[in-house]
Amino acid sequence: MAHVWRMIAQRLAFGLVTLFVVSIIIFGATELLPGDFAQAVLGQAATPEAVATIRRELGLDRPWAVRYFDWLFGVLQGDFGTSLAQRGRPVTDMILSRLGNTFFLAIYAAAMAVPLALTLGVLVALWRNSLFDRIANSTALSAISFPEFFVAYILIFVLAQSGYFPSMARMPAGADLGEKLYRAFLPALTLTLVVTAHMMRMTRAAIINLLASPYIEMARLKGMRPSRVIIRHALPNAIAPIANVVAINLAYLITGVVVVEVVFVYPGLGQLMVDSVSRRDIPVVQAIALIFAAAYVLLNLTADVISTLSNPRLMHRT
Amino acid sequence: MGFLIFLFWAAITLGVAMAAAWAFRAVATAVTRGETQRALRNAPLTASFGMLVIFIYLVVAILAPLIAHFPEREVVGSQFMPWSGDHWLGTDALGRDMFSRMIYGTRNTVGIAFATTALAFLIGSVFGLLAATVGGWLDQGLSRLVDVMMAIPSLIFALLLLTIFGTSIVTLILVIAVIDSTRVFRLARAVAEGVVVMDYIEAARLRGEGLVYLITREILPNVTAPLVAEFGLRFCFVFLSISALSFLGLGIQPPTADWGSMVRENATLITFGDITPLLPAGAIALLTVAVNFVVDWQLYRASGLKE
Amino acid sequence: MTNRPRTPGITRRGLMKSAGAIGAAGLILPASYRKAMAEPKRGGTFRIGFGHGNTTDSLNPALWDQAFVQVLGNTMHNYLTVIGPDGQLQPELAESWEASSDAATWTFKLREGVTFHNGKDVVAEDVIASLNHHRGEDSASAAAPIVEAITDIRADGDKVVVITLEAGDADFPFILSDYHLPILPAEDGRIDYTKGIGCGGYILESFEPGVDAHFTRNPDYWKSDHAHFDRVELYAILDSAARQNALITGEVDVIDRPDLNTIHMLERAGANIISVSGTQHYTFVMDSRVAPFSDNNVRMALKYGINRQQLVDTVLSGFGVVGNDHPIGRSNRFHADELEQREFDPDRARYHLQQAGMDSLSVDLSASDAAFSGAVDAAVLFSESAAQAGITVNPVREPSDGYWSNVWMVKPFTAVYWGGRPTEDWMFSTAYAAGAPWNDGFWEHDRFMELLRAARSELDEDLRREMYVEMQQIVRDEGSNIIPMFSNYVMATADNVMTPEQIGSNTTLDGVRATERWWFA
Repeated sequence: MAHVWRMIAQRLAFGLVTLFVVSIIIFGATELLPGDFAQAVLGQAATPEAVATIRRELGLDRPWAVRYFDWLFGVLQGDFGTSLAQRGRPVTDMILSRLGNTFFLAIYAAAMAVPLALTLGVLVALWRNSLFDRIANSTALSAISFPEFFVAYILIFVLAQSGYFPSMARMPAGADLGEKLYRAFLPALTLTLVVTAHMMRMTRAAIINLLASPYIEMARLKGMRPSRVIIRHALPNAIAPIANVVAINLAYLITGVVVVEVVFVYPGLGQLMVDSVSRRDIPVVQAIALIFAAAYVLLNLTADVISTLSNPRLMHRT
Repeated sequence: MGFLIFLFWAAITLGVAMAAAWAFRAVATAVTRGETQRALRNAPLTASFGMLVIFIYLVVAILAPLIAHFPEREVVGSQFMPWSGDHWLGTDALGRDMFSRMIYGTRNTVGIAFATTALAFLIGSVFGLLAATVGGWLDQGLSRLVDVMMAIPSLIFALLLLTIFGTSIVTLILVIAVIDSTRVFRLARAVAEGVVVMDYIEAARLRGEGLVYLITREILPNVTAPLVAEFGLRFCFVFLSISALSFLGLGIQPPTADWGSMVRENATLITFGDITPLLPAGAIALLTVAVNFVVDWQLYRASGLKE
Repeated sequence: MTNRPRTPGITRRGLMKSAGAIGAAGLILPASYRKAMAEPKRGGTFRIGFGHGNTTDSLNPALWDQAFVQVLGNTMHNYLTVIGPDGQLQPELAESWEASSDAATWTFKLREGVTFHNGKDVVAEDVIASLNHHRGEDSASAAAPIVEAITDIRADGDKVVVITLEAGDADFPFILSDYHLPILPAEDGRIDYTKGIGCGGYILESFEPGVDAHFTRNPDYWKSDHAHFDRVELYAILDSAARQNALITGEVDVIDRPDLNTIHMLERAGANIISVSGTQHYTFVMDSRVAPFSDNNVRMALKYGINRQQLVDTVLSGFGVVGNDHPIGRSNRFHADELEQREFDPDRARYHLQQAGMDSLSVDLSASDAAFSGAVDAAVLFSESAAQAGITVNPVREPSDGYWSNVWMVKPFTAVYWGGRPTEDWMFSTAYAAGAPWNDGFWEHDRFMELLRAARSELDEDLRREMYVEMQQIVRDEGSNIIPMFSNYVMATADNVMTPEQIGSNTTLDGVRATERWWFA
């Protein structure tokens, strides 16, 4: 067990390094993008004088290295700076409410998708090559072959135009949990349809991959029921790949849902990130990139810890 | 009543598909020999169906100019013309022939998706297996690099890279492939890690086998299954990436026809119950299902299960 | 200011196609609008869904760009002058004004008894601070170029403002209606826009950039017959399908920029479509400094190589009119009706190509839907029609992100959106005058500049008209802009939304004054 603790500590340290490198990459990439905040915010109305003034006021005329380290020292002291676009508004203040929205939607969708995917995955592995397997597979595959916005449009057509659910997922101030769940149902369902197939198929593949192993053969020869073989013997050993794919999809639910946010007018971080990139509002871009990266690092670490705990051989590998 | 009619048509479609798959298998076994023939003879109908679909797509892609009545980009009528003898699937928002664009779209879409996925797997699995087998600093280095890349959301990463480097088809393929390869790397490494600790690998190491031998002969065969399963899905994720990028205003250059962008261009119609955007989306879905049926069959063969 | 602009009215798809532009005399109202003439009623929550809105929007008027913030500004603020639904300039905070004989000094008398939302009186000091926000050496305002001509602003008592210009400008009061120039309360000679205080019909309650803005009615609003709603809510709904669905499912009452391709279906789903033709136009601009566009014959060849009617029918789905390669709309005072409409003519395009000493021509045309919606499609259609004249136009889709800073006025041949301007001088000075910051064709013409200066301070109506017509002809035949189409402002409303008989054509949503002028049945 000490080994696991050491691994967690080590990975968290690496996680911090990852965040640092991500901040450099994002900063560098945003710098490499043609144009800067002053040009982007003025758009068609940009004149050289106005651009110069905005740059001077916001200190954008300083070399990039100076601006980066200025930002970095601020962050190390817990200050994420202020948005360039919303002058004087702290980045943390802009992000907090959207962060809550993003996590709410991700958890909502995960709560529907993960149990569904794992159950279906075990069932199709159990009844592999049956009609049920084929139909579940084809349906899931068709569902993920449709782009997210298209799934969203179909759901809006079927479930919103008939009046069952609202087509916009905006949250009125002070909405209670029930209302929130109701209003965010369509985006959550869209995401569920998008991520379920991937997890289900990986579960199925991981289990089937183990079924030819000698110890499974043994269990079967002992006359164990197929369902018991899979749940007792195959599933525990298939946990590593399953945990991995679940982690990837959870990370996706937090970081990759900008399209769904746009279609359902849901104020999450993805939309803010894309907007801020296009306006070159670097402090906001950096802060969100760090949140996304941290979410990813933590989920991944969790998946790796679960993999390690599930495989005694890995526990003793130095 | 409506449900019964739906069931009726579903049954007919299923029947026709199975008959076609059966006929395809019969023809395929007749024209092949040896190992291939034996494999094909034992292929389940779903796999034959998948192969039939892939075969048809390939033929369509290769013979596109012969099949399509109209050029890919030419405006041949007014916008949104209904289905007719001249324009089998009507015309699109600019008055271009929808059927011809679907046909040309096969070539562009399948080509791009295949190139991208193949490249992503080449990069991802080579480095993934290397990292798992060699371990140590190489593993640490590559894993941390991939961690950093994966920690940036792929859509936003692609957005950044494509804005910096431009949106030619080659750049598009490279950018999506590199970003996708990180996912392949993680999977390949995770699966291979489980294999590397097995006794027979230890034995091979003690025998003094080289790295290439270890990877290609001992590890690769044992990690193929999940990788192949992943390939089937990654393949269709490429369409989705292109589609999502065109949602954000990037993606393939017009007037090139590709299904991902065609779904995007016509998507609004679906909210009025018009099925036009279902055609390119359906084409993607059918191909995805077909590819994954074949993948499932291969997976089943590879698992060595005999039941 | 006795000029009477000809006024466009509400038109709908069918009418537009058959009749082209409809003048004031020919104003025809569809049946569903007859009831609109009833007396306005007070009450209700008015919700608008916009195709614009960005998380980087702000309350700073100097940075306002698109419809969401324009409506935001016009809902909470008032301006010195306002363009009325009939296209005429109307007094707002300025009760009256007069010019010196050379039109270079303007005296504005402010309205009595108008207060800001915080109870403070609107006085000359506020006007001066509000205008100075955009002036000066280090102005970062998008409106800096239009207030550049102001050399001095001074107060003459609390209620009189005197503005001196560097040269005469007969149309100056029009400038003050620009959406960048609202009047905010002054504090020590400066305005603090972050407080969200104005003197308009509604009080800002909350503003979440890129998401929504909420307002309640201003109980002390000085216009008793305007601002009929109890509450106003503005929503940014960027995806066009989502916007349409929000209207269909009753989440909003009005949407801006409905998807034109599917608008007939939206109409069938029960929405009212409002379409107004104004000054908004789309251009393909060529950099006249670089080959091959430096040769006017090449520019003419391209002008003849574009099928304007096809663009209007397809890209605008009929919601617009063909352009004649100059930026003056049919609703403008001095639109040159006498100029012959330029048509698609592959033979003349070839002729001009030969005159330029070329057998064939191949150019890249940069477009993006950031330029205008349908720009990429328009470029594709252009390339198809130009091919018939032996000209290869390669449509290049540029990223929407950064289009205005990296493509427009950088690449030699680009698609551009222009909202148009209410006056000829304003339009020409902004984008066609030599050296103007937005002269996107980098075009210079001596005779044109001479006319521009002369017409600006000319007070004789007929002489002005003559000069503006000649300028339109010069731009049409020698300019570096292909202007194939003027697009209508199109909106869709729910059944219970009532509008006045006449709707402003100067910009979208009734001159971005819908919150003040419309009401519920």
